[in-house]
Amino acid sequence: MVARVQLPASCRAGEIITVRLVIQHPMETGFRYDVRGNRVEKNVISQLTCRYNEVEIFRAEMGSGIAANPFLQFHTIARQSGDLVFEWVDDRGVRGEERARLLVTEA
Amino acid sequence: MSVRIAAALVQVMAFCALSTFANAADKAPRSGIEYASAELRAMQADDFANPGMLWVARGEKLWNAPAGRDRRSCAGCHGAAEKSLRGAATRYPQTDRASGRFLNLEGRINQCRSERQDAGVLSYESEELLALTAYVAHQSRGLPVAVVIEDSDRERLTRGREIYYRRQGQMNLACTHCHEQNAGKRLLAETISEGHGNAYPIYRLEWQTAGSLHRRLRACYFGIRAERPPFGSDDLLNLELFLADRAKGLTVETPGVRR
Repeated sequence: MVARVQLPASCRAGEIITVRLVIQHPMETGFRYDVRGNRVEKNVISQLTCRYNEVEIFRAEMGSGIAANPFLQFHTIARQSGDLVFEWVDDRGVRGEERARLLVTEA
Repeated sequence: MSVRIAAALVQVMAFCALSTFANAADKAPRSGIEYASAELRAMQADDFANPGMLWVARGEKLWNAPAGRDRRSCAGCHGAAEKSLRGAATRYPQTDRASGRFLNLEGRINQCRSERQDAGVLSYESEELLALTAYVAHQSRGLPVAVVIEDSDRERLTRGREIYYRRQGQMNLACTHCHEQNAGKRLLAETISEGHGNAYPIYRLEWQTAGSLHRRLRACYFGIRAERPPFGSDDLLNLELFLADRAKGLTVETPGVRR
């Protein structure tokens, strides 16, 4: 499972920044059948959180309606430099983690 | 998709019978992305939104990861791919001088793995092979397709051209009927492209994943209800060579994004 995070190269304290995350995942809907006619078990990233300096700032609960390789984008306010830590788990219990460093310069 | 596409193909067949045969081969080739919607073009152009970049990122990890008995990585021999493999993908498929085997990029990667890394062959459409192929081809992004037709490849080029212009399958269609004579027109919701291979491996929205040129070619065989040649077979390799020769002048876009 590969994931990529995009943050601005640097930003000022108080600035609204865009955070983008993309995760490689099949997001199996549970509605599909394989060539032998057996139902393919549902397997989506059901829980995802993002913590910024240990404070949760974003949470997503995804289901069958989200396409494969989900691409999430949200906004937050830059406070001080620190790590954004993304953690997620899919229906099979496979966990993933990705972190990115946010560089904040004083306003 | 098959029934509706098949019905639309019947319409194209009827259209082919009526239309005068304009020769698209005389014109400069246009990449498939030029036939795509603005949203799709934006998705391909944005290196973060382009889902194919996930495979490139995975490929970079594999490139640097030790593999095989000697625990030797690709980078162990080739060094930084940005330098050593810049432009390499533009010259495939080609004949390997040492073994005389005709290889596309997937074949070359597998040859390296089996003979130099002793790491075993990766199967077609496996995540690892797609990732490595995407990563290697990505190093040639922006460079023109520059396949060299050696004397030993002439026969393959001829055979590839024959496949391209030969009617086959229950639809009795050849590649040329859609991709030359009707490029730019609609096939239901799709716009028919010229069928160039300059962006492969691509991320195809219909597949919800990345796929090789051979997977896409097999999808076309399925669409015209013809027997699908196996992955990596001579038929597909010859067709790949013909397509590469035909795509000269286009730049490599890997990883492309298509519907």
